[in-house]
Formats: sequence, C-alpha cells, structure tokens
Amino acid sequence: MIRFILRRLLQVIPVFLGTTLLVYYMVFALPGDPIAALFGDRQPPQAVIDTLRSQYHLDQPFWVQYGLFLKNLFTFNLGNDFTGQPIAASLARVFPVTAMLAVEALAIQAIFGVAFGVFAGLRRGGWFDSTVLVASLVVIAVPTFVLGFVFQLVFGVKLGWAKPTVGANADWVTLLLPAVVLGLVSFAYVLRLTRASVSENMNADYVRTATAKGLSRPRVVLAHILRNSLIPVVTYLGANLGGLMGGAIVTEGIFNVPGVGNKLYQAVLRSEGPTIVSIVSVLVLVFVVANLLVDLLYAWLDPRIRYDQ
Amino acid sequence: MRDKEMTTPDVRIDEAGTTGIRPLLEIRDLAITFKTGGGEVKAVRDAHLTIMPGETVAIVGESGSGKSTTALAAIGLLPNNGKVSGGQILLDGEDIAHASEQRMIELRGNTIGMVPQDPMSNLNPVWKIGYQVRETLRANGRPSGPDDIAKVLSQAGLPDAKRRANQYPHEFSGGMRQRALIAIGLSCQPRLLIADEPTSALDVTVQRQILDHLETMTNELGTSVLLITHDLGLAAERADKVVVMYQGRVVEAGPSLELLRNPQHPYTKRLVESAPSLASRRIQVAKEQGVETTDLLAPAAETAKSDTFLQIQDLRKVYKLRQGLGKATDFAAVDGVSFDVRRGTTTAIVGESGSGKSTVAKMVLQLEKPTDGKILFDGVDTSVLKPAELFKFRRRVQPIFQDPYGSLDPMYNIYRTIEEPLRVHKIGDQASREKKVRTLLDQVALPQSAMQRYPNELSGGQRQRVAIARALALDPEVIICDEAVSALDVLVQAQVLNLLADLQANLGLTYLFITHDLAVVRQIADHVCVMEKGRLVETGSTDAVFESPQQDYTKALLNAIPGAKLMLPPEVA
Repeated sequence: MIRFILRRLLQVIPVFLGTTLLVYYMVFALPGDPIAALFGDRQPPQAVIDTLRSQYHLDQPFWVQYGLFLKNLFTFNLGNDFTGQPIAASLARVFPVTAMLAVEALAIQAIFGVAFGVFAGLRRGGWFDSTVLVASLVVIAVPTFVLGFVFQLVFGVKLGWAKPTVGANADWVTLLLPAVVLGLVSFAYVLRLTRASVSENMNADYVRTATAKGLSRPRVVLAHILRNSLIPVVTYLGANLGGLMGGAIVTEGIFNVPGVGNKLYQAVLRSEGPTIVSIVSVLVLVFVVANLLVDLLYAWLDPRIRYDQ
Repeated sequence: MRDKEMTTPDVRIDEAGTTGIRPLLEIRDLAITFKTGGGEVKAVRDAHLTIMPGETVAIVGESGSGKSTTALAAIGLLPNNGKVSGGQILLDGEDIAHASEQRMIELRGNTIGMVPQDPMSNLNPVWKIGYQVRETLRANGRPSGPDDIAKVLSQAGLPDAKRRANQYPHEFSGGMRQRALIAIGLSCQPRLLIADEPTSALDVTVQRQILDHLETMTNELGTSVLLITHDLGLAAERADKVVVMYQGRVVEAGPSLELLRNPQHPYTKRLVESAPSLASRRIQVAKEQGVETTDLLAPAAETAKSDTFLQIQDLRKVYKLRQGLGKATDFAAVDGVSFDVRRGTTTAIVGESGSGKSTVAKMVLQLEKPTDGKILFDGVDTSVLKPAELFKFRRRVQPIFQDPYGSLDPMYNIYRTIEEPLRVHKIGDQASREKKVRTLLDQVALPQSAMQRYPNELSGGQRQRVAIARALALDPEVIICDEAVSALDVLVQAQVLNLLADLQANLGLTYLFITHDLAVVRQIADHVCVMEKGRLVETGSTDAVFESPQQDYTKALLNAIPGAKLMLPPEVA
C-alpha cells in the first residue's frame, strides 16, 4: 500500500510539468498584449511599457518565461501579478474560500444524495422514488445560472433567510446558499447513481442470505446494501471534488464569492500567465490528491481491490 | 377432507405412523403467485409437504418447477413481486405464511436456517468471513466472541478457522465458501435447515465431502433438513423422503428408495430414466438404438483402430503467474498430456475445475498455443499451420461451449447465428445457405419457425440445440464439447445427449467431450481420459475405467457421483 501511494505521488511530477507547460503555452499564445490591456484606453509612454515587459519577462521567449516560472515556483516565490500584488498572498486568500464552498457543497451532495438515493432505491417505483426522480430531473435540466439567480432572489432577497451575496468576509454560514446551488446538480447525479446501485444490490444473493441469517432490516440495509452500493458513488464524488475546487465561475460570480473561480476568471481576462499557472498548479495537486483518496477509499470499501499486485 | 386431496401415499403413512408427534414443518395447499408485466403467474399450486423433527426431505424438480419458491416461502424470503396466495405453512403448528416481518426476523437464523445455492455470490464480498458469522450470532442473541466464531467455522469443516475468519470471501475457494455458508446456516442451531442446491456449483468430490459433513452435523444437532435439488440421485441418497415437483405442483412424494424403484407419475418415471447419476450403469445410446447399436459400434471400432484422427503428444501449457513486482512463477496448467482420438468415436476428458481439461480443449481448438508438445490433426502438426490452413482447419473442428446463454450473440436471430459460419467461410449463396440452415434446424429438432427468433426467446435446451446447429453448419469432422450439457436440466440434458449420439451415428462425427460429470461420460463416451492437476492420471475405454478404475483419484471421482451406490432393480435400470 505504501508503495502504491508513493508511486501515485511520483506520478504527480510528469502530470504537473505537462499541465503547467500546456496552460502556460496557451496563455502565451493568447492574442493581445497584456500590458496594453493593463492601461485600458490610456496610452502609456513606451519606456513604461518596456520596463513592465522586462519586469514580467514578457520580452523573453516562451521557454525562458516558462523556465523562470518553474524556478520561482521551486523557490516558493511566485512573484507579483500585474497589479503588483504578490501572487502567493492572493492564492492564500482565494483558496480557503473555495475550499470551504467545495467542502460544503460536497457534504450536501454526499449526505442528501446518498440518503435520498437509498430511500428511493429501496422502494423503487414508490411515491418517494417517483417524486425524487422527477425533481432531480428538473434540477439537472435547469442551468446553474438560472437556479443561482432564483435562489438568490427567493431565499436571499424575498425571504431573507440568507445573505444574497457573500462579499469579502466569507464564512460557513454565508457560503451555505451558494453551496446549495453548487451542490444541487451533482446532488441529483449522486442520488440517481445511489438509487440505481442500491436497487441493483438489493437483489443480490448475499443480501437475501443476510436476511436469512435473521438480521433486522436496518442492519441488512446498512451493512450489506449501502456499503456495496457506495463504490460507484465514491468515484463520482471524488472526481467531483476536483471540479468543485477548480472554482465555480458562475456560482461564485452570482453570489460574489471571492474564490478561485473569480480570481481565475479575472486572470484570464488580463492574460496574467503567472497567476493562471499558479492556480492551475495548485489545482493539479488537489486533483491528484483527491483521486488518490478515492482510490484508497475504494480499497477500503471493496477488499477485493488490491494495489500492490 | 385433507386425505382426499392427498394423492400421494407417503402423507398417509406419515399421518398414520406419527400420531402424537407434530410435524416440524407442514405445508398445506400452498399457492404462490408472482406479479409480472403480463399479469399474475402461479408459480406454485396446491403444494403439500411434511417434515418431521430430525427428518430430511428433498424437493426434486427442474428449474422453474417451483421447488426453490416453495422453500423460500417457508423462510419468508419470496421476491418482492411474489406472494403466498393460498394455503398454510405450519411451523411447529404456527402458520407463518402471512407472519409479520418482525416474527420472521425472530425465526430466521434461530429456528429456520438457510444454506443458499451459489457460494460465489452468497457471501458479501466486502466483509470478512468472521464478521459475517459474527453478525449472525449477534442478531440471534448468541455469544459472538472470536472463539465462538472459530468454533462455528471449524464445526463446518473449515481448517485453521481462527485465521480463516480474518479472510475475505474472495480469498476462499468455492468449497471453503460453501463451508462458511453452512457454518452461518447452522451457527444458531436452527430446528429446520433449508438447503437450496447447496453443492450444485461445486466439483463432485468436494460436493460429496460437503454433503457428508452437512449430514453429520444435522444428525448431531437433530436438525430437520429441507433439501432442494435437481438431482434425483442426490436426493434419494441424502433424504428420507422425496417430493417431486413439476410446473408448480407436487406430482409425487414418498420414501426415497420406494419412489425411485417404483415411480408412479409419468414425470417421475421420465426423471428416473434420465437422471444421469442413476442411469450410469448403462449406455444410453445403446438402449435407444437397441440391437443395431452393437452392429453399428463394432465396425466403427474396427476402422477406428487404423484411423487415429487426433493425436495429442506430450502436450504442455505453462502460464506465468505474477507474484509481486517483476517476479513470476510458472504454473503448468497442462503437463505432459498424451492421448489419441479415433475417427467416429467419443473421447471424454474428465476432471475437476483446475484440472486443465478446458485448456486442452482450447489448445486443440487452436485458441491457445501449447508451450510444448504436438497436436496432430489427421496426421498434420497443427502448430505449423499457416493462417489460410488454420482457417480451413477451423472448418473441420468446431466447438460447443457450456453456457448457451453466453455463447450466442443476443443481437443475432437464430438464422443469422447459424448462417454466420457459412458466410464467414463463403460457402454457397443466400438461397443455398438458407436451405442449409433449414436442414440443420431439422437435424437438431428445432422448428423452422425458430429462425426469426432471438436467443432470449428460447429455453436453455433450445439454445444449446442452436449452438449445436451452428457447430454443424460447416460439416465439421470433430466437435469439441466443453461442458456442453452441464448447464442444462436433467431431462433436457438427456435430450441433448441423445441428439449428439444420433448425430454421431448419422454423420460419423468425432467428439472430444470435456466434462466434470462422470455420469454423463458413461452415457456418451467410448474412451475416457481422467485429468488431475494438469496431468493425465488414467485413460482407457469407458467400460474399463468405470468397472475397474486403477487410480485412487478416479475411484474418488466415481464414488462421488451422487446416487451411484443406490442399486436399482433391473426393471428400472
């Protein structure tokens, strides 16, 4: 097992180099001059432009820029963005916010999705199952930006249950509303996945045998149906965590959450190579770790899976 | 009033002979219906059954006869769409046919135990064996410490139980899993044990060990057993009474030997005649064809002497088993096997799972390359065949596989399935191919109307007939049957074996028959090769091997045929 984890962590190196190189190149290849964009309509003196260009190494060829970026990265000096702010500091500001949002959304998906899915799967074709299926279809069909604005209007403005926007001081409570919106779509998928898995496992021979042993119904459901049904769900949730950490540009935009999505969006607009690639680097790490966790969780859920072979 | 409904003599014997003792389980007029898309289906009608304390009763029938459904009703485990629609299930006088779920949970495990059919799918793969025993003990309020668990497991014949309890099901062999399931079924010392085909998924020798053990245990504990099986021989050998079910009804019931010697109902008669384990004292084809057979067989044997069709010489197949990083050990699946197959005869390769018999078949079919040794087909070494020659070779050697569900493409209708080999080998045009398919369907006794149907619309026996027709399409000379009848019910199995025998007589086919079932071998083969762990341990004519087996392993295999020891009077045999 240790060897497996080590091997997986070593895989980070090529994945990391590959993604950062690709993203850096794409930013490099973007049309337009980032410095010109920085000044908007004003036309700064050529000397200022040249200074800025050399300060951000924009006058260097691509490979040198990328090499400098790597060097900075490994010396833990991410440098400044075009507004003069240290990149490291702004990352340290946005990532916790997004992490909070992602964890909250993931918890909503996992807890409610699995619970609803189990109840629906156990009584397939019952009223609960039918209701939940139709409702989840609606949630899947309605785009996030519609859902987001509707929730903001209803719960934030009309009912006043939550703050309609998050603003600078994000905490667990203020992030709840955007987390619900963010989690809803995947909640519908988790629910359907759990439901299908449960209703399939319900008819498994070992479930019948478990009942024949004299176990109570809750015990059969928890020990024999639920655990076996979680395997596909965990895969989905794990992949989803990576996606959530990438920041939800739409949701963060609607609720004005100062998270990764917002930051990344602004950086892309300004063609800020170093900022974009720094965010991506962290995301690569998050993805790799999330996937590793999923794999370990897998082995725990299903002892037939062994990684050392 | 009840007596009038009883058509079977045994029940009256019970009533008369056991006055004063209450039956442990009595099923009266039981009816079970299933709700399906096409309305309600009556799976069981007017079923009767009585089990006295300490008694073993077997229900025999083919799949779909309602035998498992009846047993599941007794433990309240009918599928969701099934329900008891009439009659009573009396457990020690209490009607449990409509008992509450709470009452059933109390009874299950403690009073009624179950040993299910398939050891591969009946243990939860994600929990350790010990855990699955412990939750049974705990749910029924019994001590469930590590020692109690080990005791239960070792009583079921699992060696080294303490350590084994910490393993997962996938680390167990089929036989060991079945022992674990028996341990679970009997762990709370129930008064009634329902054993639903407890060994049908296992090798014969393992089957025998497990049934012996089960018998000893239930005798010691005084447990009544309701044994469900499709094998009449096994039922007769293990049970005091046999109940025969057919299409949801009990057609006959009585003390085992009596029923076997003197079957009354036409269905039971057919069952007794076709049960391979019981019929294994004669060759079925010989009986079917009467006097002619000896005449037919004699010349065949004569020409065969000079005509060795298939020669297997010192065949070896070694697989590399990976063991950790970069390490691998050699595993000889087939190790130095040599035998000859003569034209127009049937050679059977017998052995348990893992004996290498199927690997031999795959190598003869050129689906696997031998590591060493030669396969001479009609005098030609098959290992040096060029692709074009191999293509021609495939025309002459055709397979029939075990699983008629898996070996037919569900998206092909029957016509396309049988016609495909003709198309692949570019034989004839559209019209002549269709004619050929019709002839083939006639040969395997399927109606021509079957051509437009799809595999899922056919029964298991019919599918296997389609597989045979497809194998025959190219007019092959050799047919390799890999467990070709193992998945079929006894009556269907007998039909298919007869069909194969007829085809051999008419077309002069050569069969290489791979099977684990010695009873079937007796019915069809001229020569037998017994394999154990990759080696050929005994070979000879079928009569010689059956009458005077030389090797201990062969003797063990022969002994393990259920019901083989039951001597039948000549009028039945």
